[in-house]
Amino acid sequence: MLDVIVIGAGIVGCAVARELSKRKLDILVLEKGFDVASGATKANSGIVHAGYDALPGTKKAVMNVRGQRMFDKLSKELGFPFSRCGSLVLGFGENDRRELEELNRRGRINGLSDIAILGREEILALEPGVGDSVTDALLAPSGGVVSPYEMCIALADNAALNGVKFALATVVTGISQDGDGYRVQTNNGEYLAKVVVNAAGVHSGEISEMAGGEKNAIQPRRGEYCLLDQEEGGLVSRVLFQVPGKMGKGVLVAPTADGNVLIGPTSKDIDDGDDTSTTREGLAEALEKASRSLKRLPRNKIITSFAGVRAHHKSDDFVIEESGKGFVNLMGIESPGLSAAPAIGEAAAEIVCGILQPEENSEFCPNLEPFPKFRESSWEERQRLIEKDPDFGNVICRCEKVTKAEILNALRNPIGAVSLDAVKRRTRTGMGRCQSGFCMMKLVGIVSEELGKSPLEATKHGGGSWILSGPIKEALL
Amino acid sequence: MRDVDVAIIGGGPAGLAAALGAKKAGADKVLVIERDRELGGILNQCIHNGFGLHTFKEELTGPEYSARFIKEVLSGDIETSLGTMVLELGSDRVLKAVSASGIQEIRAKAVVLSMGCRERPRGALNIPGSRPSGIMTAGTAQKFVNIDGLMPGREAVILGSGDIGLIMARRLALEGAHVAAVAELMPHSSGLKRNIVQCLDDFGIPLMLSHTVVGIFGKDRLEGVSIAQVDSSLRPVPGTEKLFPCDTLLLSVGLIPENELSKMAGVKLSPDTGGPIVNESFETSAPGVFACGNALHVHDLVDFVSEEAQEAGENAAAYAFGEAFSGSSAEVVPGNGVRYVMPFSINPKKVKNNMTLRLRVTAEKRNAALVVKMDGEQVLKRKKMVFAPGEMETISLSGELFAKRPNISRIEVSLEDK
Ligand SMILES: Cc1cc2nc3c(=O)[nH]c(=O)nc-3n(C[C@H](O)[C@H](O)[C@H](O)COP(=O)(O)OP(=O)(O)OC[C@H]3O[C@@H](n4cnc5c(N)ncnc54)[C@H](O)[C@@H]3O)c2cc1C
Ligand SMILES: Cc1cc2nc3c(=O)[nH]c(=O)nc-3n(C[C@H](O)[C@H](O)[C@H](O)COP(=O)(O)OP(=O)(O)OC[C@H]3O[C@@H](n4cnc5c(N)ncnc54)[C@H](O)[C@@H]3O)c2cc1C
Repeated sequence: MLDVIVIGAGIVGCAVARELSKRKLDILVLEKGFDVASGATKANSGIVHAGYDALPGTKKAVMNVRGQRMFDKLSKELGFPFSRCGSLVLGFGENDRRELEELNRRGRINGLSDIAILGREEILALEPGVGDSVTDALLAPSGGVVSPYEMCIALADNAALNGVKFALATVVTGISQDGDGYRVQTNNGEYLAKVVVNAAGVHSGEISEMAGGEKNAIQPRRGEYCLLDQEEGGLVSRVLFQVPGKMGKGVLVAPTADGNVLIGPTSKDIDDGDDTSTTREGLAEALEKASRSLKRLPRNKIITSFAGVRAHHKSDDFVIEESGKGFVNLMGIESPGLSAAPAIGEAAAEIVCGILQPEENSEFCPNLEPFPKFRESSWEERQRLIEKDPDFGNVICRCEKVTKAEILNALRNPIGAVSLDAVKRRTRTGMGRCQSGFCMMKLVGIVSEELGKSPLEATKHGGGSWILSGPIKEALL
Repeated sequence: MRDVDVAIIGGGPAGLAAALGAKKAGADKVLVIERDRELGGILNQCIHNGFGLHTFKEELTGPEYSARFIKEVLSGDIETSLGTMVLELGSDRVLKAVSASGIQEIRAKAVVLSMGCRERPRGALNIPGSRPSGIMTAGTAQKFVNIDGLMPGREAVILGSGDIGLIMARRLALEGAHVAAVAELMPHSSGLKRNIVQCLDDFGIPLMLSHTVVGIFGKDRLEGVSIAQVDSSLRPVPGTEKLFPCDTLLLSVGLIPENELSKMAGVKLSPDTGGPIVNESFETSAPGVFACGNALHVHDLVDFVSEEAQEAGENAAAYAFGEAFSGSSAEVVPGNGVRYVMPFSINPKKVKNNMTLRLRVTAEKRNAALVVKMDGEQVLKRKKMVFAPGEMETISLSGELFAKRPNISRIEVSLEDK
């Protein structure tokens, strides 16, 4: 019997797993995707919120502020891209000014002492590109941006190195109580554990229901985005939110941790939590709203669009509790869930440790050995890297300057990539302006060779997402 | 740091011809840097015929065409550096390149930019829908099929009627795949007429003009696309959507000259071509940096690439010997109905026997004429049955025209009624 089963390998599940790996516990993470970070964690704004938004006293507020303060240390230990670039909530006139003052007040109660309201001149000094109708703004210096999937992958890799097991492509289909623990059924057999942690994101409601929880606790709410070319990276240097107003919740324009510009998200309730399609209306709405924040919105520099689904709980707050004996629910982890994840990890681990009373894991290592990035290396470092490993001299993705050495490393990591998208999230191969038009063929070659498979088995994101249908006629002869 | 006379970035047809041009003009150290393992550029994957009709009066395949140039380059005391990618280029013409054997720093007296072009991806169109596998650019599919012998799918729709898309429609059909349709946003095709006939008509593949893909379906693998008609302002007309089940969507929606390096060197780019602004000698705004081929502007015919690149190479060699290409010039401007004219300026004193202008029209026009005016005076009129944006037009102006007008300031080319 396992000590703990964590269901879901998003940022929350992985943060819990890593935190628990500091103790002597037998832990298994079950994830239905073919990679970690397959759900909301791979498709969100990537903002580390300062914490002025949530109502004082809510779990959202407490976890947000506590979590965001853990990012500096975590990103150093694990080496994921994070920058405390600061954020501005933009106001457009008198009414918004009042709203900004309310956010300022809330932020101070939530524990932020460095936030301030700025006038137009001060805003322009920080962000010369803001739109003409911007009048005031709330500045939060502690806001930041992170690469959410790289953070999640790093947490998972670190957890795995510290002994946590991961079962990917494993869908939880049923849960029943079994003596002092739980029997968890999946498409890949059954598992027994003393404690179950439900971190299944938008599906956390269904998982809780399997264990006897109430029905329909989660409402899926989709958000759509457009991503701009790095060429436009200078458009903004801080996260620009809009005051929620008459036009509904605004959209943000933000730099990403990797130097692109993100625009979105919209907000729409949907039925299918897995439906991450974008829509014509949604993308148009995001761009339309964002055009208020900026003087110039270069629509011709969009390189891709995507959508993510929020897990909204009807309580409008995070659920972090032991709902049944040994059954820990982490539900409703919508925004600021990413910012709060490190704190949620600690809180959930505390609950689990209260139940199991484990010993410390004296061998726990908080660090991940950093792997060099050709893109970020100096010319001298590049020369040294190539001397050690000629694969560092073989640039596969020309837009993002990713070398074969980095791709091989992604395939060989503890949670090794098995699909093109998984390589992409670990190395940025194919994330640039040509969107893998140039390197897809080389990538299929490298991935299939390293994994010892035929190119015909290569997939975009696992399962039925094959890339090639078969050989050409001549090749059949 | 090593020194060369002419460094050529990119070993496709443009780079190869530029190297030969530079060598013929007497340059001593000519270096071609190519990031691929082989010379030949995009032609290596163009195994169809139709290359070289102008140059060799023969119908060659892409690899056959480039082989002729490669042979000459390899036997001609020209250095080639394969598997080597140029990552940095300064306005001082010092470049840094990377290969499996390390970092090289090269100082060139003159540089030729011949990096080719890249295809516009799905994101550039912002097509809504899901993000399954099975969506790729036509050029990527061409590489899979022609180089690796692997098929991207069995049931295809092609968006965009660029030449690569048309060629791939036929290629997939020949390999037993079903190509349901080619959808084109504009009321005219962006490909060559001959490709529409030989690649679509001959295979019964419908070309849907004024149509575009408005939806993409399927979670893991593509399951279908929705195609709708567009109105005169190119907006989809509600109610005209039709579902096309397919497992593959190829995009042939435009090529963009590759110019990251040009920008680093401070080369000014044209918003109309996406490539550098050059003078009659193919020199960019950065002295000693020349451009040609698809990196300069997107060509439909490789013959013209070779022609243009050879000249660029010759001029690069001349620059390396100390010839200057600056001087007072006439600006060349696109008039009515013309999208762009190459080159962007002409110094009459630099025109030798004659001067070739290459241009594209903005929209299809029948029974029309191209008119060239020098300082307002009409000097040439060329009639034709049909002018189409998909076909690059060439105008040759005699050297005499320039000899007689050493001080002209403006040359305008427009498309007018016959
Ligand atoms: C549009 C949008 C914008 C956002 N912006 C921000 C932001 O800027 N800042 C911020 O702090 N937060 C933001 N968030 C919130 C943040 O993204 C989420 O709170 C966080 O990613 C949630 O992580 P998670 O691990 O709970 O969920 P997920 O990442 O969805 O992980 C859940 C995992 O469980 C797996 N799973 C589900 N069902 C099963 C099953 N039956 N068996 C096995 N595995 C299963 C899924 O495959 C998935 O991988 C945003 C969210 C969205 C959608
Ligand atoms: C699918 C297709 C079908 C065509 N069909 C025909 C036809 O039927 N008939 C015809 O006459 N013409 C045809 N053409 C047009 C013609 O082939 C092209 O216009 C011509 O190949 C362009 O040559 P180029 O040298 O400019 O570019 P490319 O052939 O693209 O060569 C550029 C080279 O530069 C290299 N490079 C780029 N950046 C760097 C760097 N930083 N460092 C090192 N190397 C670099 C690239 O690897 C590449 O090899 C077709 C083109 C395509 C794409």
